[in-house]
Amino acid sequence: MLKQTEGSRAVAEAVAMCRPEVICAYPISPQTHIVEALGEMVKDGTLSPCEFINVESEFAAMSVAIGSSAAGARSYTATASQGLLFMAEAVYNASGLGLPIVMTVANRAIGAPINIWNDHSDALSQRDSGWLQLFAETNQEALDLHIQAFRLAEELSLPVMVCMDGFILTHAYERVDMPTQAQVDAYLPKYVPRQMLDPGEPVSIGAMVGPEAFMEVRYLAHAKQMEALELIPSYAAEFKSVFGRDSGGLTHTYRTEDAETIIVAMGSVLGTIKDVIDEMREEGHKIGVLGITLFRPFPLARVRESLQGAKRVVVLEKSMAVGLGGILSTNVRMALSGLHMHGYTVIAGLGGRAITKKSLHGLFRQAEQDALEPLTFLDLDWNMVNKQLEREKAHRRSGPVAENLLRDVGVVAARNY
Amino acid sequence: MESCAQTKKYAAKDYKSDLKPIWCPGCGDYTVLNAITRALAELALPPEEVAVVSGIGCSSRIPAYTSVYGFHGVHGRALPVATGLKLARPELTVLVTGGDGDGFSIGGNHFLHACRRNVDLTYIVMDNQVYGMTKGQASPTTAPDWEGSKLTPEGTGINPFQPLVVGLASGANFVARVSSSDPVNMAKIIVEAIRHPGFSLVQVLSPCVTFRPEQAEWRDIVRTAVVDVTDDAARAARRLMTDDGFNVGKVLYKGSRPPFRPEFENTNGSVAELEARFAL
Repeated sequence: MLKQTEGSRAVAEAVAMCRPEVICAYPISPQTHIVEALGEMVKDGTLSPCEFINVESEFAAMSVAIGSSAAGARSYTATASQGLLFMAEAVYNASGLGLPIVMTVANRAIGAPINIWNDHSDALSQRDSGWLQLFAETNQEALDLHIQAFRLAEELSLPVMVCMDGFILTHAYERVDMPTQAQVDAYLPKYVPRQMLDPGEPVSIGAMVGPEAFMEVRYLAHAKQMEALELIPSYAAEFKSVFGRDSGGLTHTYRTEDAETIIVAMGSVLGTIKDVIDEMREEGHKIGVLGITLFRPFPLARVRESLQGAKRVVVLEKSMAVGLGGILSTNVRMALSGLHMHGYTVIAGLGGRAITKKSLHGLFRQAEQDALEPLTFLDLDWNMVNKQLEREKAHRRSGPVAENLLRDVGVVAARNY
Repeated sequence: MESCAQTKKYAAKDYKSDLKPIWCPGCGDYTVLNAITRALAELALPPEEVAVVSGIGCSSRIPAYTSVYGFHGVHGRALPVATGLKLARPELTVLVTGGDGDGFSIGGNHFLHACRRNVDLTYIVMDNQVYGMTKGQASPTTAPDWEGSKLTPEGTGINPFQPLVVGLASGANFVARVSSSDPVNMAKIIVEAIRHPGFSLVQVLSPCVTFRPEQAEWRDIVRTAVVDVTDDAARAARRLMTDDGFNVGKVLYKGSRPPFRPEFENTNGSVAELEARFAL
């Protein structure tokens, strides 16, 4: 049924249709609306039976989910940013134990400096945690991916993170096609755990493993994750047959057929990029975009296949590997090993900086001329940067960077030192 | 504090920054900021000898609104950050400010151990029984039947955390409860808390008029506690466990445990003498 609704609400309704048995909630922007909507549904009885627990921290949220999942309950939580970092130990624990928890991450920058706006630093910090990671482009895809996520998690007995851009998606009201409960029930079978704490067949979970078997256990985590590369396309195809639309999968290409320049990106910025590509195509530019839906496991073969005909690849990402460059681009480069082409990393939109069509037009044209730096920071204010660098050269005690820059831009009053 | 016998006089405004607080009109935290700055003026502490440390939340914005050293850390970690600061710079007067969510749930573990460790800090908790910054969710001090949050669909159903009782049980050396409706008395108690050595805990009933509008009534409900300060933690705890939470305006407990301080000793002796000291 078509419906005009908030992204968070759409996701919450989709999650509710997946019949989670335990939901753990701790407030953190921009995720809170999702668990609040689920709490409402528990209260009014639309989501039942379901234990909804408001916990004391994100660390507790993931830990409670670990406990309930180990007991064989379909378990869900949501978080963002600092919350994801705070629960990191439990995040690794959940995947190491093979517990099929589904978690929404409403992508937000991580501090310091504190920032509540969108980028992908939070989820990408957990890229090696052993969780599967899906990135939604639209609210429709965000809600659809949650339905697929439970199926995937429970088949593989691995946790799945569904990432959606904080505020840009979570707080945006747009049209979505809400599935019916019957459709979701037809697609998502009842959860049958591969392992669970069951007094009828007692096991313990969480053994200590030494050098004699640790590497093998870790290898199996990798091998298990790689199975998702086979499963996901078939689940997406099945999804289409039940729900009537394309959603999920490994990647999405757009106008890449004869493209000499291919942009690679994840999440909601793909919409802006596609608009720019349409405009540039009108003018005869041979340009297209590859959207990454599945970031973990990383679909190396698919990415290589999609990009190998291009002359150049521009990875535009809302994350940064400090001291290296890009995170997504490093992954893309691994897929392009041995191919001769130009590769550019563009860091954009950190901490919620708008990625505008105007900037992208300029950027993509520069790329076509191969006039881009290998590592480019889109719309970086070099005056601000240089002023701080000079300050640091002039005074050893030059003060905290964030506060200095805020003073430079006039957000806080200037002071005399 | 002995070294603070300054000739220079300070006014409360000397401790305020140029930033205008972005709290909601009517928020209790405004008067807490006033009381803190008044207390610092009363103590005539030079601003550069004071630090305010906080975590995340509405009340954790206080460091930005003061002119003293400020540190705005991550959610729940104010107390260990302040501990590190105080140990490295024992001559500073270190205040920790924050709310009930920051201090007692996500930072609850640190609260227990800060009380135990008894570092010379003053912890001012603005308790409004709600997470305000994330727009109104139940906190550890929320009553079990409060149904105002979608995250606790049928109320929390669990006992509220009793910060002062837990503080006493864990070793806090000074315990007081005040109301934001009486900033003058609050300032006096903060002065006492800062002067008292060790870990001082001040719970401020500071209403959230936006997400707990019913708390506007607190100013009429609160009453001055009739009991006097005791040095018996068990007695203070019993009183707190049997009151309704609205007895305010008094210091309830002052202990005499020496504050935690790493002992440094000059090694005047020779290596041979040191060896002899540590010989088995």
